[in-house]
Amino acid sequence: MRRIAANRAVRRVAGTLGTLFGVAVFVFVMLRAIPGDQITAGLGTEAAALTPAQRAALEQYYGLDRSPVTQFFSWLGNMLTGNFGYSARSQQSVLEMTLHSLPVTFELAVFSIVLALVIGVPLGMLAASRTNAPRDLLGQVVSLAGLSVPAFLLATTLLSVFAASFGFNPNGQGFATLAEDPLLNLRQMFLPSLVLGFGIAAPILRTTRTAVLEVRSEDFVRTARAKGVPPRRLQVRHVLGNALVPIVTMTGLQFGYLLGGAVVVEQIFSVPGVGRQVLLGIQQKEYAVVQSTVLVIALAFVLVNLLTDALYRVIDPRVRAS
Amino acid sequence: MSRGALSAIGATALLSIALTSCSSSSGPATGAGATGKAGGALVVGVTSDPDTLFPWKATQFQAVNVLQNIYGTLTEFDKDLNVVPGLAESWQTSDDGKKLTLTLRKGVTFGDGSTFDSKDVKASLEKIMDEKTAAVARASLSSVKSVEAPDDGSVVLELTGPDAALPGNLATVNMAMLSSDDTEEKLNATPNGTGPFTLGKRVPSQSLTLARNDKYWGAEKPKVDSVEFRVIPDESSIVSAMQSGNVQLAVFNDPLVAQTAQGGGTITVTKTPQLSYHALQLNARRGDLKDVNVRLAIQCAIDRKQVLDTAALGEGEVTGPITAPAFRSDPARRPCPDRDLAKAAEYLAKAGKAGGVTVKTIVSQGEYATSVNEAQNLKAQLAEAKIDLELEVLESGAFVDRWVAADFDAAVALNGGRPDPDGSYGRYFTGTGNLNKVAGYSSPELDKLFAEGKATTDQAARKAIYDKVSAELEDNAAWIWLFTSYTYTGTTSNVSGFVPMVSGSLQYLRTTSVG
Repeated sequence: MRRIAANRAVRRVAGTLGTLFGVAVFVFVMLRAIPGDQITAGLGTEAAALTPAQRAALEQYYGLDRSPVTQFFSWLGNMLTGNFGYSARSQQSVLEMTLHSLPVTFELAVFSIVLALVIGVPLGMLAASRTNAPRDLLGQVVSLAGLSVPAFLLATTLLSVFAASFGFNPNGQGFATLAEDPLLNLRQMFLPSLVLGFGIAAPILRTTRTAVLEVRSEDFVRTARAKGVPPRRLQVRHVLGNALVPIVTMTGLQFGYLLGGAVVVEQIFSVPGVGRQVLLGIQQKEYAVVQSTVLVIALAFVLVNLLTDALYRVIDPRVRAS
Repeated sequence: MSRGALSAIGATALLSIALTSCSSSSGPATGAGATGKAGGALVVGVTSDPDTLFPWKATQFQAVNVLQNIYGTLTEFDKDLNVVPGLAESWQTSDDGKKLTLTLRKGVTFGDGSTFDSKDVKASLEKIMDEKTAAVARASLSSVKSVEAPDDGSVVLELTGPDAALPGNLATVNMAMLSSDDTEEKLNATPNGTGPFTLGKRVPSQSLTLARNDKYWGAEKPKVDSVEFRVIPDESSIVSAMQSGNVQLAVFNDPLVAQTAQGGGTITVTKTPQLSYHALQLNARRGDLKDVNVRLAIQCAIDRKQVLDTAALGEGEVTGPITAPAFRSDPARRPCPDRDLAKAAEYLAKAGKAGGVTVKTIVSQGEYATSVNEAQNLKAQLAEAKIDLELEVLESGAFVDRWVAADFDAAVALNGGRPDPDGSYGRYFTGTGNLNKVAGYSSPELDKLFAEGKATTDQAARKAIYDKVSAELEDNAAWIWLFTSYTYTGTTSNVSGFVPMVSGSLQYLRTTSVG
């Protein structure tokens, strides 16, 4: 039994490493497939005025004079030793940049997920409590709106309305981390979390509704009801408790996506997360910034998936047993 | 999930809402209170932070705007783009025009406290001329043979020939004077200039704060204690930040955003025409465009006002090649100042292409707001003259790549203009110009005119020469010049003293006060 578990763990680790290596190769190749390089990204059309000697000097400065294979393995080797590369634009190491941006994105993701669960789960349960009734229609409308209203529209509208009508725009002030100014930070996180949370609430609402409907038709629910379990306890303990696996799966997936950075929302609300870091890296063709950050994001995604799997064992005794 | 967990989630949501409601009343007051005091701090909203802090390599708008407030140049432009003394108090050209002697200002110090003298000027100019430095303004010093520093207070430039544009060329931040002890690596981390401000604090991708340089040599010291360039990536979000009192000044490019800003009533928007110009660049060295008659047919088949109205809400002015106020071309003097399809057909017939021609045209997507709309209007207009503008819409990086390689028949472009026409076009349209490959056109007449323009110091005589340059370019339809647009400077009511410039420069932040 223990050997099987060990084998499974080894396979899992090998699969994870393989995935990360694949991501590394993919990002490296894709970045170089984009026209232009750091020289043209920095100088724009002025790059046309460079003499060959000037261009050669710049290629050497940015390390573009080395072969792609050398560039790849040198970057990967450096990553393994903790050297994520250096951003000439920011005058910071990529590790330092990521240590600043990842917690911001993580915080935004947590708040967004919390808001999405607060909106999605109760509305999903409400919708499932009586199918085709007005409350179900309400759930459908909310989920349709969540899926259909683009984040950029909702974000811009909320920002404009709050700023113009109430003078509320904490995001117009310089960004404060949770440690620097907790109150300002929470205010700055509120609107972006709400926008992201509203979008993510839709799939969570739908998943909750479907899962709850499915569980409600199970025999043990009927038995519990027959035994006189109070309705609220029945809904939360028996129905929701057993419908949690698909909800957790969906939540984990959405959380993983959020860790990749919500570029549009981060741009509109000036949140310095990993999404903006990658976007700026792509715009400036700072290869090391994009490659290293994407690899960190991929690692975070894999870890979230592992955690989600682990959560199954907590919430579902059947998984524990198998 | 237990009921306790659900309650915790609910409590968190309530807390968020409570935080919002309590801050909605204090938001604007906090913003204005923190930044709105007289002589205090000015916050400028920008869409991105500088991509470099090294002035000799800075071409990005934001980088140039920040760095010109930190670094000093030998000459400067005033608000009307006249060349005025900077770190050089005066300059004198020898009778044969082959020697420029600059007398340096005394008592100027760098941010680190070291004294500015002729050694720094000599070192700076020589490094800019050195190809290994990869300085973008190297070509502007092509007439300089050598730089000598006979004493601490003067510098002598030996020239290959007269160069009337040189004093103006020395005024850009790409010609910033650096301390001879500094290196690129050092300055990228810690800028050290002689300008009105010094670097205070930088949070990459978020903000860059300049502090007043109390040792600044200028008669008029900066009014505000500090200027923060706050990065708010979206122009609409900058408007919101101004409405809530967090940002006091911003420059917008998008006319729609400017309209929104103006509409709220709390922001004053000033419209400033720009030196940069929109054009359909033609590559006269490729295909059918080699024939001047085909190019003239394109010239005659376009109503520029229509392009301006449909693509840019009419926000701009139809222009000829030269946009600098002192040398401005008269668009009415070009062949076919108004659209003339009969004339266009005539030119095509003369070229033996009465059946029509196809012109492969590159267009950038996202580089600036109006590009694709301009291209589509041009295509529609030219189609009526049997000229098929085959559009290839490219992501901005791909566009730059193709443009740099001159790999196009035509390109819809927004090019930067300069205060001196030699700086604007000498590099494009002279046979030896470093952008001539991209310009796709040169002629012995133009070479001669540009040489004359450089050799002439009298302003009226120079204007006459560049009028001829303008005529030569448009009579041969080297490119099709379309229009210039505006920038929109938004300021809140507590800001005064800022002077927007046609060059887009923010150098007058030093005369701006808040409160």
